[in-house]
Amino acid sequence: MTKNLRVKTSKFIDETYKISFKFNGSTYYGYKGDTLASALLANDIHLVGRSFKYHRPRGIMTAGSEEPNAIVQLHNNSPRTEPNVRATEIEIYEGLEASSQNCWPSVNFDIGGINNFLSPVLPAGFYYKTFMWPASFWEKYEYFIRKSAGLGKSPTEPDPDIYEHKYIHCDVLVVGAGISGILAAKTAAKNGFKTLLLDEKSYLGGSTIYQNSENFKINNQTSNSWLEKEINEIKKFQNLEIKTRTSVAAFHGYNFLLARENLTDHLPLNLRKDKTRHRLLKIRAKKVIIATGSLERPLIFDNNDRPGILLSSAIEKYANFFGVACGEKNVLFTNNDSGYETASSLYQKGINVEAIIDNRENIDSKLIMEAEKNNIRIYKGYTVVNTAGYKRINKISIMQLSKDGQKVVGSKISIACDCLGISGGWTPAVHLVTQSGGKLTFRDEDQVFIPDQYPSDQISIGSCNGDFTLDEILLSLPNKLKEFLNIKTTDYDNLEVQSSFNKSKRNIWLLPSDKVIGKTKPFVDYQNDATAKDIKLALREGFRSIEHVKRYTTTGMGTDQGKLGNMHALGIISETAGSKMGELGTTTFRPPYTPLTFGTIVGRNVGEYFDIFRKTPIHDWHVKNKAEFENVGQWKRAWFYPKDGENMHDAVQRESKAARDSAGILDASTLGKIDIQGTDASEFLNRVYTNAWSKLAIGKCRYGLMLNEDGMVYDDGVTTRLDENHYIMTTTTGGAATVLGKLEDYLQTEWPELDVYLTSVTDHYATVSVCGPNSRKIISQVIPDLDFSDENFPHMSFKNAKIGKIKCRVMRISFTGEQSYEINVQANYGKSVWEKCMEVGKEFNITPYGTETMHLLRAEKGFIIVGQDTDATMTPIDLQMDWIVSKKKYDFIGKRSLYRSDTIKEDRKQLVGLLTENPDEVLEEGAQIVADIKKSPIEMLGHVTSSYYSPNLKKSIALGVVRGGKNMMGQKLIIPMENKKINVTVADPVFLDKENKRLNA
Amino acid sequence: MFVINCPYCGEREQSEFKAGGEAHIVRPKQPTELSDDQWAEYLFMRKNIKGIQFERWVHTHGCRKWFNVVRDTSNDVIKAVYKMGEKPPTN
Ligand SMILES: [Zn+2]
Repeated sequence: MTKNLRVKTSKFIDETYKISFKFNGSTYYGYKGDTLASALLANDIHLVGRSFKYHRPRGIMTAGSEEPNAIVQLHNNSPRTEPNVRATEIEIYEGLEASSQNCWPSVNFDIGGINNFLSPVLPAGFYYKTFMWPASFWEKYEYFIRKSAGLGKSPTEPDPDIYEHKYIHCDVLVVGAGISGILAAKTAAKNGFKTLLLDEKSYLGGSTIYQNSENFKINNQTSNSWLEKEINEIKKFQNLEIKTRTSVAAFHGYNFLLARENLTDHLPLNLRKDKTRHRLLKIRAKKVIIATGSLERPLIFDNNDRPGILLSSAIEKYANFFGVACGEKNVLFTNNDSGYETASSLYQKGINVEAIIDNRENIDSKLIMEAEKNNIRIYKGYTVVNTAGYKRINKISIMQLSKDGQKVVGSKISIACDCLGISGGWTPAVHLVTQSGGKLTFRDEDQVFIPDQYPSDQISIGSCNGDFTLDEILLSLPNKLKEFLNIKTTDYDNLEVQSSFNKSKRNIWLLPSDKVIGKTKPFVDYQNDATAKDIKLALREGFRSIEHVKRYTTTGMGTDQGKLGNMHALGIISETAGSKMGELGTTTFRPPYTPLTFGTIVGRNVGEYFDIFRKTPIHDWHVKNKAEFENVGQWKRAWFYPKDGENMHDAVQRESKAARDSAGILDASTLGKIDIQGTDASEFLNRVYTNAWSKLAIGKCRYGLMLNEDGMVYDDGVTTRLDENHYIMTTTTGGAATVLGKLEDYLQTEWPELDVYLTSVTDHYATVSVCGPNSRKIISQVIPDLDFSDENFPHMSFKNAKIGKIKCRVMRISFTGEQSYEINVQANYGKSVWEKCMEVGKEFNITPYGTETMHLLRAEKGFIIVGQDTDATMTPIDLQMDWIVSKKKYDFIGKRSLYRSDTIKEDRKQLVGLLTENPDEVLEEGAQIVADIKKSPIEMLGHVTSSYYSPNLKKSIALGVVRGGKNMMGQKLIIPMENKKINVTVADPVFLDKENKRLNA
Repeated sequence: MFVINCPYCGEREQSEFKAGGEAHIVRPKQPTELSDDQWAEYLFMRKNIKGIQFERWVHTHGCRKWFNVVRDTSNDVIKAVYKMGEKPPTN
């Protein structure tokens, strides 16, 4: 039995295309072209939600992205559910399901509404004051707050939609396709600029396009029909791209803007399959023209938030664009001509206007005369002091304003109504300018902030620049465009513009009431329920900075970022505090201008594309052989190869034992490889490693340790001299890129005189490492032409060889302590060499092992892993690796730092071995190490860095860093755990084969 | 996200580059001859200017070259770009 308030056919609405949708469970109908808001209003539904704090009934307030109240949840309980969708923006489609937020159990009966009556005890800062103490109560508070005040529900299932990112480079970006933006875009395109025009709406032409009135004319045509022709023309330009339903979210430095192009939200669900939903545009523009228009200001008076109270311009749009009457008994309340403009539109559409309340007293204009002629009652010099009606406005009370506008005088007059349009003038949408770092200036005459200084090549035109009337906009535009685009003429140099709009306005930030402020509820921020009373309270409590008042009262902190009320908040603060508006500054408008979904931000970087990963050429073999993988840097490395239901421990024990008993094989392709060439290569290595390199013979390998300039260990690895002026350096898997970067840094900035060239060849080679007592037998079958005798091919040496026709580099180097050979081949041969080794090694039970076994084997041997046994506080001396620090070299990176007062301290944390009293007890890596458990507070001496059960030594072994550990050999220490303490003994970090017999066997 | 005019490649997005801290800090030629304080001065002390700052940048995802940038840290405006070894602009 709902009413139909569709009044007259609108060409923007397709009445032959009926669409059904659900709101709060009931089915309604609208037409193609409707927003959810316009369709609801056509069904006479204003009440759509509850306010955040007081749970007051709230209705549709605007017709655009500034909407504070009408935010809904779409498709509740589906993976596509989305909270905080503005009903004024979402276009209806067949199957749309929306529901109210902030209300429980329903929008018509809401438990939290009790807060409205409790509001005297819910003042500004209530949440800060009340929920601060005691801390242990927080969980209870949180439950209460979330249950009764949540801002919608987030989806619980993965987002089924597709999102993407796109880069766009253009000469001129025009933001906003109102009349200013259209004319600017056409001018830019016509002059050959590669132009991009964006608008958040689904149509072009802004508010002019539906303003069919004799009051506004361009070249003797109504402004809308004149603009329509311009729009038809701009569509012809090849160098002009137009994107509607695209809102600019952020304007960063150097004309870098982010925009969200909405591609499917207006389509029925069944037509969205496999289509991209949102596209995040990353735009770099040479020049930016901002034409974002302006937002109508509400008026601040007691109970100004009831359903049925809308911005005057919204009522006009619903009538003109959607053909919908917001009420049958309309009253307009204004402080400028905008209310009359709306009245004129409504009158034309046959919608009843009961009265116009105007703050201004002695005022006349063509629009006012027209209203008088149409027999609309006009109350000049009056203000609304109160409204009535719980779920829908039904009455207003008005009183006369005193001369100074500070008080109301005379007696109250009541006017019945079901819709009240309010207009407090206009606020330029300067959000993007300020985001970009632009400065604003305050214009006293009409109390607006307008752009003043631009940090980049940009300009604001139209009403976002404070040019509000049609004549102001169009007469100033040609010169602005000529100067900005550096062109001689525009098509608009001699326009004839008629506008009936009188610019006068009577600005009163907080309208007076016959009641004291404490008894009123004049809302400034509708979404966060902040009233003028709250702002005044904040000032009384000593807050002065606008940013502080904002946070304390939560004004402007909703999803709408206070687009409507921020100016009033500023005005009330400056009036109360007695400061000047311009001096107070404004709050910072932060991106995004309108909220973005996470999907838009993430784009295609989801699932396996969330973080790219690198695979070795042998990766497929590891997958086929059921390897578990671990992430090392960007790499996927085989971690261990569980066999027949083995767990990780069992697999690692088996692999470790096999490698020492017979043969193991490891994919070492991920190690960083840097090709170093040049006549100064040896000198360069001397400077970057702690040990000496000049005397390394061709064909020999050497382990090197690299420090930061602060003396701390940075990376390590084996470097091989391939030729007189040619080395190949290996780095840790994770350190490859940063090591190369660091070396380049020194080479280019400190030692440009050195003749050295660095090339990353990590991806060029696959590295197969075969170790164990039988490794030589295997490898000599794989490469039969090479003499593997100790005399010809001793430990730490290198040979060029061939496997059939495949060239390879073979190094006899070891990270396990076993005799070990590394075959480096061109990456694409990696897998075949690996498979060859597996085939030949079969008779020796060759066992593939992963990184975990590698770590275990090297720990048995006491080899460090940079980044595991070290952090950025370990010197080589701390690691008990004094042997690798050259005493003879005059300088190397980090040398001077090794004898700073801090680095020579005896009680620094030093690397030691740790043996548990119970040989079966394996320590936890990261566990703290202490000496005296009774001391309070307990002194932490260090922590465990590596810990394993060694199948070869048949006991638990660990490495750790301990304060002064070097001199604690044999000493007993304690590892306190949650429910036990473990006794350990400090030991030599080399647990196995200290004499290196296995290496040289 | 600003744009940096790499002296070798031309204008590129900031994301292709990495900042390398204050420019024109020369590594001492004879570190062993410095006192702890002198070495610490080189090692740790850096300016943090609001305004015109001379910085090192490297075109990590491009030519891998290091170069110098004069940037106003208050608004990210890059006043000049010059190669390693070249003299900084005077105005
Ligand atoms: Zn470059």
